[in-house]
Formats: sequence, structure tokens, C-alpha cells
Amino acid sequence: MAKEVKDFTEVNKGLTEENAVLEALRCMSCVRPTCVKGCPVGIDIPAFIQKVAEKDFEGAAAVIKADNMLPAICGRVCPQESQCEGACILAKKEKPVAVGALERYVADWEREHGTKLPAVAEPTGKHVAVVGSGPAGLTAAAELARFGHEVTVFESLHEAGGVLTYGIPEFRLPKAIVKAEIEQVKALGVEIRLNHLVGRSVPVEELLGYDAVFLGTGAGLPYFMGIEGENLNGVYSANEFLTRVNLMHANCFPEFDTPVKRGCKVVVVGGGNVAMDAARVARRLGAAVTLVYRRREEDLPARAVEVKNAHEEGVEFLCCANPVRIVGETAVEGVECVRMEMCEVDASGRPKPTCIEGSEFTLEADVFIEAIGQGPNPLLVSMIPGLERARRGNLVVDEDGRTTVARVYAAGDAATGAATVIWAMGSAKTAAAAIDKALKEE
Amino acid sequence: MYQVEDATQLSENVYQIWVNAPQVARHARAGQFLIIRVDETGERIPLTISATKGDSVRVIYMAVGKTTELLATKKKGDVLADIVGPLGTPSEIKNYGTVVVIGGGVGIASTPIIAREAKEAGNHVIGIIGARNKDLLILEDEMEEVCDELFITTDDGSKGVHGFASTVLEGLLKERTIDCVWIVGPAIMMKVTSRVTIPYKVKTFVSLNPIMVDGTGMCGSCRVTVGGETKFACVDGPEFDAHQVDFDSLMQRQRMYTDEEKEAREHFHHHDHHGGCGCCGGKH
Repeated sequence: MAKEVKDFTEVNKGLTEENAVLEALRCMSCVRPTCVKGCPVGIDIPAFIQKVAEKDFEGAAAVIKADNMLPAICGRVCPQESQCEGACILAKKEKPVAVGALERYVADWEREHGTKLPAVAEPTGKHVAVVGSGPAGLTAAAELARFGHEVTVFESLHEAGGVLTYGIPEFRLPKAIVKAEIEQVKALGVEIRLNHLVGRSVPVEELLGYDAVFLGTGAGLPYFMGIEGENLNGVYSANEFLTRVNLMHANCFPEFDTPVKRGCKVVVVGGGNVAMDAARVARRLGAAVTLVYRRREEDLPARAVEVKNAHEEGVEFLCCANPVRIVGETAVEGVECVRMEMCEVDASGRPKPTCIEGSEFTLEADVFIEAIGQGPNPLLVSMIPGLERARRGNLVVDEDGRTTVARVYAAGDAATGAATVIWAMGSAKTAAAAIDKALKEE
Repeated sequence: MYQVEDATQLSENVYQIWVNAPQVARHARAGQFLIIRVDETGERIPLTISATKGDSVRVIYMAVGKTTELLATKKKGDVLADIVGPLGTPSEIKNYGTVVVIGGGVGIASTPIIAREAKEAGNHVIGIIGARNKDLLILEDEMEEVCDELFITTDDGSKGVHGFASTVLEGLLKERTIDCVWIVGPAIMMKVTSRVTIPYKVKTFVSLNPIMVDGTGMCGSCRVTVGGETKFACVDGPEFDAHQVDFDSLMQRQRMYTDEEKEAREHFHHHDHHGGCGCCGGKH
């Protein structure tokens, strides 16, 4: 068993100062940097890397924070390979510059050596409500505060951070780092009201009384497969499984009061980053883990590095298979699956998986985790009159994040459907700029 | 932090606590609940909102597990780590005509607020409160005050009608027109009692209490089967049409953590402080 599957400490240890400087020196400082175009929040990447090369880490941090208030988080969880690093000119010849690792190095250096806040504009007297304190909400809040607006963030859980807190495990994103970056956002003057569920604790009329409203409510509604046996004890949505461990520390039961079924044999269904997280958490809780995915391994939507880590930590991959029934009396005893074969390419451009008749087989299991995706939480949006939703429940917004209700904006997963932390942040920045423009024109 | 304003024991193992939680108290309606986390290592437990007064909210609970036992040690002036609410969809209250509001055991906690709103909506309100014996009956005065008629039942006959709430309900259905019924209590009691109204085709609501984590529709832990469909009790409920609820599945899911609950209680009774796992950061 690989060493890191026994505990929840961070797997990726990051760069040393020497390596960071050496890596920074590889940057070509392109005149028209393609990496910046590949960054959803538009960090001036060559400028910050230049500062790293000069060992001016404080200066590097200032460059990053001009565009991104959550650099230690992004440096860890961004899919850099398909963004900045994928767009790096060196990626065509050799390895791209490790932009993500450098961003993380700079953010970690700054946190350890004392952080400096970016400038905040004079107060405008405008008050903006932000719903949700995940990546989108925090980014919008930080941007709006820097523009001089008074910002109140409403968070329904007892801790801020949204998916950064309840979803992404400690070994990928330590919670102390999430907390430190949230403190930075608060230091800009942002108020975060925990334990406030908008629509219930805060009436919609009160919300609409703000000068502008930003909805960053994410995609927290778990999808279930709708197969037989889903209500058996031991069946979890990945959301529940991860929330119990990440937010409620069920891995420390009974020192912490929230329990979780650890299982001896855990089956996870799904192929995205959330599925990898659930599988790797289950491994750390001591189970043998099989990840069932209906397409081929090369089709896995999760980041390659997450798949690699899951493999190294002993997660078994069972591709071209799909659960059809959960077996058991009162609790999970097994998961009946069918083999899948790939047929013609479907609308998403991927081969369409089809069941092979009569290929049923049963995996022994005592815990079954469904990580097949999430939709936007419908609770609040169903309460705001006139707020239009698209077919899959996500909010209809224009390119600036305007919803169909005046002064109400939305970004992140609530608007785009489940995506990445950085895409949520990028769209939140755009919406915050549009809110600022609208408020200043009033 | 949320300050405890009053805490008293109502009967054997049953306690009431008033807590300052303005955002909950100001907006709470009948049928809704809140989630409490007692301290930094605590779990999130859903409890029905029993009453509100100014910025304070009352919950009534039975000390049956680690968290509720710990909650029972809290006194006036103590603080609770977190309270979020009101959660859930409020009771579907309108002028039905004659309604019956039934509480079983600690479930009586939820009934005065429903009875009061039903009365304000113009209904003739009949209350039935039942418990195993007279010492376990709670909120009799409050129900007496708010209901037009009140029946009391005890399993052992120590007070009121000897029998169950279902006995009285059946009698009422036979002799007059009942337009709507609410039943709040243990799952088995709700299952049995709600069957009585089926032949009379009376709209019957029950308040379900499955295991929950976030209470906002995010985890799916509280999923229940209603009319063959999966619903989340935290946002779609907690009240549902009793005749459509799959109670057996509910009861099976309620027992999911029986072993862990026992372990947590033993741990609670044998350890004065936390430590050792490294999660507490030396705070406990």
C-alpha cells in the first residue's frame, strides 16, 4: 500500500525555493503570452514568474493577487494542463512551465512570510449581497470589495468555502489553506454570515433589497442513478460521503460526532474529479475500492493527475461497466453491473456506451458511492420570481453574468453547470465587473 | 455562537431549550426545523421548531444519543456553536374546516405551532396528544390553550383515554367530518396512525425525521420515497402526504448508524475530553 493512503495529509508536497527559481527561469517571457489567455482569471503569468526568477516572492504574490485572491487554492486544484500550462509555448516542444506549482509556491511563501492585501477603492456606499461562499462567491465578494462596495456573503453551512470546504479532500486541498485565503477575502472588508440559508433565514424580499445580488450557489444537488436498492443503508451520494469526512471530520469519529460507513469493499460509480476524491477518501478510511466507469479509461473526465494518484493509492478501475442494481436486504451487500461497449460517437463527441445484453455480474460491496454529477440547488432560485432556468436547472445568464431578473447576477456552477473552481472564479470576476459598472452608472 | 436563554427538563429524558437565533426566530413557520451543532466537534442535528418569541426559538428533544445528551447539559448562558434555520417547507396551512393535530411522545413538541397557525387560518382545531404514560405528556397547557378541543391518550391509561392517538382519531372520523390531519411522532406511530385516515380519504400530513447532514438539499442523506418518487425531506418536506410515504424504507434508513450511535455514547460517557485524532488542534 502506498504510504499516503493511510492519512489525510497533503499528497503533493510542492516545490522547493531552488526548484521554483529554476522552473521560473524556463519561462520565455513571450511578448504575446498565450498562457494568460489560457487562464480564466487572467493572471499576468509572465510577470509573476519573472518575479519568482528574481526571488522577489512578495512581488510575485502581489502580481497574482491583482487578479486572483485564492492563489494557494488555484495552485493546487486548477486543471493547469488544459489551461495556462496547456497554452504555454514550451508545451509544444518539451514540458510547459509548471505555472500551477509556481503559483502555489508563491502563495505558500506569502502565507508563511506575512500577507499583504491589494488596494481597496474608496467606499461607494453601495451594498451587494453574495449568496454562497464557494469559489464563485468568494471571488465576486473580493472583487466587489476592492471596487469599494460593501459586501455581505450569506453561507448556509457553519463554515465558509463551499465545495472547497465540504467537497475537495484535505489531501488535495488542506482546509487550513482554504481558511487562510478566506481570511484574506474577509480582510478586504467582506462580511461572511454563516448559518444563513437565503430564502429561509433571509427572505427573498430582503435579498432583493440590496443594490445588487450575486448568486454563487453552485451545483450542490446530487444526482442519483435511479436504480433499484438506492435507499439501502450504505448508499451515499459523493456529496454526502465527502461532506461527512471533509466538513464534519467523520474520519475522526468518535472524537468528532458525525459517523460515516467506512466499508470493507467500496464501489464508487463515476469518472470525474469528484469520483476520484470519493474513491481516494474511501481508501484512506481503510476500504478496498473499485471505481466503476461506463466508458473507457482514456475517456475518464477526471484530471490525469487525479487518476494517476488514485491508481497509485490502490483504487481499482473497472471501466466499460455500469451499475444496474444495488443488492441487499437492509444494507448494501453488492452492486450488480453490466459490461458496456462503445458504439458510435455521441453528441458530446465521445463514443456512446451501450450495455452488453446478458453480461451482468455482481461486485461484492458494503458501501456504494454515486459520483455521477450534481445540478444547481433549486431551492433559492425557485423562490426568486422571474429568474429563468435552462433545461438542466442552471440559471440563464448573459456573457456578463446578468440573470433574467434586474440587479441579480450569477456565475460559477449555478450558471454554467458543474465545472471547475477556476471557471467559477473567472465567470464570477466577469459578473463582479459588470455589477461594478452598473452600480457606478446609477 | 448562539446563547442559551432558558433550558428545562419537561419529563423523563425530554428537555426544552430556548436559544437566541434571530435569523431563525423571525422567519420560522409551522412545520419547519432547524439544525443545531452543539460544539466544534459536534454533528449537525435537525430538530423541529416548537415555538418562537422575539429573537428566540424553542426546541424540545429527547436525550437519546450523544449529541442530545450533551445538549441536555446546557444551561442558561451557555452557548451552542451553530444554529441554521428555519429549514424545510412550512406546513400547508389554509382553511380546511375541521383539522386534527396529533402529537405522539416528543413529537408533541411540534404541535402547538401547527395548531396555532391552523386556528389563525380559521379552522376548528382538535388536538390529540399521546404518550406512553402521564409523566411523558408534554405541552398539555399550550395545546389546551390553542385547540378548540383536546384529547389525551396514554398507552397505560394513566391519564386520558387508555390507548393510542389512532383510537381517538378513528372515533372522530366515524362521528364527524374531518378535513385534514397532521401527525407528528415516531415513524412507527405515524405509519400506524395515518392508516386510520385512508378509508375516509382525509388529507393527512406527517413530519418525517430521517438522518440529515446539511439540511439544504445538498447531500441527499434524508432522501425518502413518497408516491414512488425520491424526495429530500430537508427541502421537499419535512411534511409529506402520509398516504404516499414509504415508512418501512424511512425506518430502515433511520437505523443506518445504530452501531455508531452506541459507540458515540460509550465514548461520551468514558472520555472527559477529546484528543488523539489530531483533528481538534489541541482545542479540547
